[in-house]
Amino acid sequence: MEERVLMKGNEALAEGAIRAGCRAFFGYPITPSSELAEYMARTMPKIGGVFVQAESELAAINMVYGGASTGARVMTASSGPGLSLKQEGISFIAEGELPCLIVNLSRGGPGLGGIQPSQADYFQATRGGGHGDYRTLVLAPSGVQEMMDLAMEGYDLADRYRTPVLIMAEGTLGQMMEPIILREPVTQFVDKPWATTGCAGRKPNIVNTLHLDPDYLEKRNRHLDAKYKEIKAKEQRAETFMMEDADLVVMAFGIIARIAKRSVMEARKQGIKVGLIRPITLWPFPEKVVAEAAQKVRRFLSIEVSMGQMVEDIRLAVNGMVPVDFYGRIGITPNPEELTREIMRIAEREGY
Amino acid sequence: MKVVAKRPESLTDARFHYCPGCTHGIVHRILAECLDELNLREKAIGICPVGCSVLAYDYFNFDTLEAAHGRAPAIATAIKRLLPDRCLVTYQGDGDLASIGMGEIIHASLRAENITVIFINNAIYGMTGGQMAPTTLLGQVTTTSPYGRTVEANGYPAKMAELLAQSEGAAYVCRTAVNTPANVTRTKKALKKAIQMQMKGLGFTMVEVLSTCPTNWGMSPVEAMKWVGDHMIPYYPLGEFKVKEEG
Repeated sequence: MEERVLMKGNEALAEGAIRAGCRAFFGYPITPSSELAEYMARTMPKIGGVFVQAESELAAINMVYGGASTGARVMTASSGPGLSLKQEGISFIAEGELPCLIVNLSRGGPGLGGIQPSQADYFQATRGGGHGDYRTLVLAPSGVQEMMDLAMEGYDLADRYRTPVLIMAEGTLGQMMEPIILREPVTQFVDKPWATTGCAGRKPNIVNTLHLDPDYLEKRNRHLDAKYKEIKAKEQRAETFMMEDADLVVMAFGIIARIAKRSVMEARKQGIKVGLIRPITLWPFPEKVVAEAAQKVRRFLSIEVSMGQMVEDIRLAVNGMVPVDFYGRIGITPNPEELTREIMRIAEREGY
Repeated sequence: MKVVAKRPESLTDARFHYCPGCTHGIVHRILAECLDELNLREKAIGICPVGCSVLAYDYFNFDTLEAAHGRAPAIATAIKRLLPDRCLVTYQGDGDLASIGMGEIIHASLRAENITVIFINNAIYGMTGGQMAPTTLLGQVTTTSPYGRTVEANGYPAKMAELLAQSEGAAYVCRTAVNTPANVTRTKKALKKAIQMQMKGLGFTMVEVLSTCPTNWGMSPVEAMKWVGDHMIPYYPLGEFKVKEEG
């Protein structure tokens, strides 16, 4: 029986993770992600799980490394500066092929930046973020319901591909409340014969990322690359809206996509043929959907709360077929009127 | 034929890569013997450091993880919390534990994590080629203290056993050496005690082992063993600094 409740985004994400079997949370307080840790601190003791407030982001991500190595579903959450500190550990986790869930309730940078919502960690999230050749699967929810749903799905993807999965959501999504359906997970638990749990009845397992032999190091990188190619082939996700006859395609992710959707509807009322593509996976970027659209439409517009990051992926996917415009704010979430004005300005300029 | 000595089951048959006179091999064997004798090999999970013993996972015949530099106590914390009946041992050098991992070791001890830490103190960075460690003695010449360590430039050498003994969460903190047969025996006794206390859930346990680095000290193996006794032990006294009583 599915129950409908009013929930805050951070808590919905935490609850989704727990429903998917998360049994350990390791975190360090930082605004605007702290409610997630607080929810875990309240809940884990009641369900026999583990909650540790780590001494640092470095310790927290290394606890995730250790926890994931046991085969348990584990998690950490932070915001921009904290994610920067975690990057060394995420690189180790990617090469150690340890499934886990990492959450970035993203805020404005660089430096301490601010605590307002931002999407400026897009490059950090989608390019690996730390040292070496690796990627993390990146999911971008656009509402509180998806905060829960993608946490659940994130664990399945992490286990299936033995890879860290990052949920990147603007701080707004963690802080706002919406009515959601408490879903039961369709959890796909998999065997983890690689886990370091003590070698009773088997040969010792080793979780290691050191490969001094250059041939073997290359082999490991090729192995990871093959996995990332498979993820790119199978896991690209995007929502499309009013795309059938569109001249102009707006692209936005997260909460910004919901705001942009309203602007798309408003512009449609004013006779502009405009559609929307919302990436749900930021990595892999939904390049197939974008490349297909590029053959039919006349122009793209990337709307981001950054100085222009996803726009580069759009241009790569569009590959010169049509122009790609950009509209960005930072630290300030644009409202629908503002985005409608931008759409109308382009439509007028281009004569759509 | 009677077997009088054999390789412990907790060691693989891989040949150690360590330099002549390096004491890592001795400490590896001591750990392996302790786990064998306590029947813990199949419950043991070892966390290997970044440093000369980075390849320890090739030598230990039980589950191991390779940690990022200094982070072994955080990794061990998570595993022990999720699998409380396992035996968690971190193996860390002085750069790993006392420099880049100072935060992790202090907080693991304060949280009274039920883990056992083997701290190899040889007063120098070995793998990277002989740089100054937080435990390098005053006056000691290294590649990054080429005129000898001074208080003015580099501060004082870290006495980790004394420091961690102050932690309320520490159940057992001991400093030993492996420069003489008698000290090797004492080191084994201390490590066994630490592991037994971990398995009883008494809290954080650490054995600091004064060790050698003949290659980077620029000494013969015999000179290096003598240097431990002549220079390290006077600054780093041996003994038990904290022994928590049961119950």
